[in-house]
Amino acid sequence: MKKVSWLLTLLLVGMPTFALAAGTIDGGSKQAINWSAIGMFVGFVMLTLVITYWAAKRTASAADFYSAGGGITGFQNGLAIAGDYMSAASFLGISGLVYTSGYDGLIYSVGWLVGWPIVTFLIAEQLRNLGKFTFADVTSFRLGQTDIRILAACGSLVTVAFYLIAQMVGAGKLIQLLFGLDYWIAVVLVGGLMMIYVTFGGMKATTWVQIIKAVLLLAGATFMAGAVLYKFGFSPEALFAKATEVHPKKIAIMEPGSLISNPLSAISLGLALMFGTAGLPHILMRFFTVKDAQAARKSVFYATGFIGYFYVLTFIIGFGAITLVSTDATFLDASILEKTKSGIAAIKGGSNMAAIHLANAVGGNLFLGFISAVAFATILAVVSGLALAGASSISHDLYGMVIKRGAANEQDEIRVSKIATLVLGVLAIFLGIVFENQNVAFMVGLAFAIAASCNFPVLVMSIFWKGLTTRGALIGGFLGLISAVVGVVLSPAVWEATLGYAKGSAPIKLDNPALFSMAIAFAGIWLFSILDRSKRAAIDRDGFDAQFVRSQTGIGAASATTH
Amino acid sequence: MINLARIERDPNYQELVRRRSSLGWRLSLIMLVVYFGFILLVAYAPKFLGTPLGSGVMTIGIPIGLSVIVLAFVLTGIYVRQANSSYDVLVRKIVEENRP
Repeated sequence: MKKVSWLLTLLLVGMPTFALAAGTIDGGSKQAINWSAIGMFVGFVMLTLVITYWAAKRTASAADFYSAGGGITGFQNGLAIAGDYMSAASFLGISGLVYTSGYDGLIYSVGWLVGWPIVTFLIAEQLRNLGKFTFADVTSFRLGQTDIRILAACGSLVTVAFYLIAQMVGAGKLIQLLFGLDYWIAVVLVGGLMMIYVTFGGMKATTWVQIIKAVLLLAGATFMAGAVLYKFGFSPEALFAKATEVHPKKIAIMEPGSLISNPLSAISLGLALMFGTAGLPHILMRFFTVKDAQAARKSVFYATGFIGYFYVLTFIIGFGAITLVSTDATFLDASILEKTKSGIAAIKGGSNMAAIHLANAVGGNLFLGFISAVAFATILAVVSGLALAGASSISHDLYGMVIKRGAANEQDEIRVSKIATLVLGVLAIFLGIVFENQNVAFMVGLAFAIAASCNFPVLVMSIFWKGLTTRGALIGGFLGLISAVVGVVLSPAVWEATLGYAKGSAPIKLDNPALFSMAIAFAGIWLFSILDRSKRAAIDRDGFDAQFVRSQTGIGAASATTH
Repeated sequence: MINLARIERDPNYQELVRRRSSLGWRLSLIMLVVYFGFILLVAYAPKFLGTPLGSGVMTIGIPIGLSVIVLAFVLTGIYVRQANSSYDVLVRKIVEENRP
């Protein structure tokens, strides 16, 4: 079952969440209180609260609240998007994966990056030209508002909910380890700060928190990778040579290991990684914070660059940790070391702590504090982005467009989203505490699978296929959503590992359902659209040409400012 | 109101759509082929990726993996450059010519 756990690891770190750490940092032991980390973190929180205060004074209209008034530049938005991707999971998770198995970490990095070009070529501009605040604006452009908004809101909220829970649990576990605080305090802290950022500062504050965090993370990772290479005279060959010498798997860490052995599973996972990216509501929302389509496409270009650069750094950091952490008794658990004789297995706090220990090894206590604080800041930023996406879906799609039929007063809509944020925050804290000792892996798998099988197919078909009808999108989208849920429950990861049935008894052998759930969604959308002879269907098809012209040229696109 | 039929007949518009979609789908195809090619290599030919480069421990898999990352960035760059230099010019022309 090693393969399964690896694929799961791959899947988990493949997301801007913190579930991986939740899965493996569970030693339960609390560290001594880490004052330098707490000091740095308090500094970060102060800075972000000042920004929130500043943003709050400038947030008056719905456009300010949902999309920062469209005033974010392409470069800034690139950093913010990258920030959503360079989560604590990808930073600690990939470097931990490289630490334990070398080359396999790189395979994951590749899988996660390749979704971005697809987003640029096929979605980014069209989204910006057609939408206003949420991606449901795009899908309901020519389709029946009510049904489509409900479908999109379901897809978004389910994705956001599962992500949020996984994030909260991960945050609690990490903070226990890094700061020496109690689990529940950590969860309340994250939930509370998130509510402050989102309700007072809206998208502007959330974006700036994300940008600051991205810069700190890139700077910290650059310093670490630089320090590692410096020790080896800037020769990667020397670094790799030393790593293969001290790692128990020796030269095998330089080639693919047990990460992928079933090609079908690999392809399914690849699909989920690629297209899940293009269906995540909190990422899609970022395309509305910029001025126009040109800025939208530029921001993905910058984001791809930052993310790619960051992955190269984590690869070096992972190898650096093999050479500097696994050979240093201060970072190892003596009792495990005695049993296994392997520095890799004996690392304190599990492999996800590799980068944290390396920070200590190359930069001392103060730098350790810095990296710990950045890791925590990362969770805060991602949680805020998620909460805003969920709240917008409730206030803009459900309240504004479904309940009030587009006639909602702007101030009421903002008030609803603030209430929604508070409810989401309280719920996230509550569920974070309830799920403390649950394996959150399946929730993240579910979130990703739903994004790839419900949100993405409906979005891409509505942009490119004239024949799409409301009924087709509705049935196909819900089929995708349901089959993704069923596929995750029947997969080995949940059926065997979580529900406890015998090994090998899982009805579906794929670790991620994307291959079949995406196929079902697309087939359902196509079939029920071409069979649709209703009056509504004629309206849907007739509306395509106008939509297409606008998606290509931006003529008539909502300007993000309301003046 | 914008005149839909007029824009659709506009040769600039037709050129924009043709060029943009052909480039977009072609680049998407390249990315898909390269990525799934890489994954299949990992699944079926891990030993190939483990072939040492020269006399050291560096294997061929490392430059290959890094190239996929770099390729993703370069393809995005190609698209953005094309779009900024020529598609946006066409868009501006279309907007100018079809001002209501």
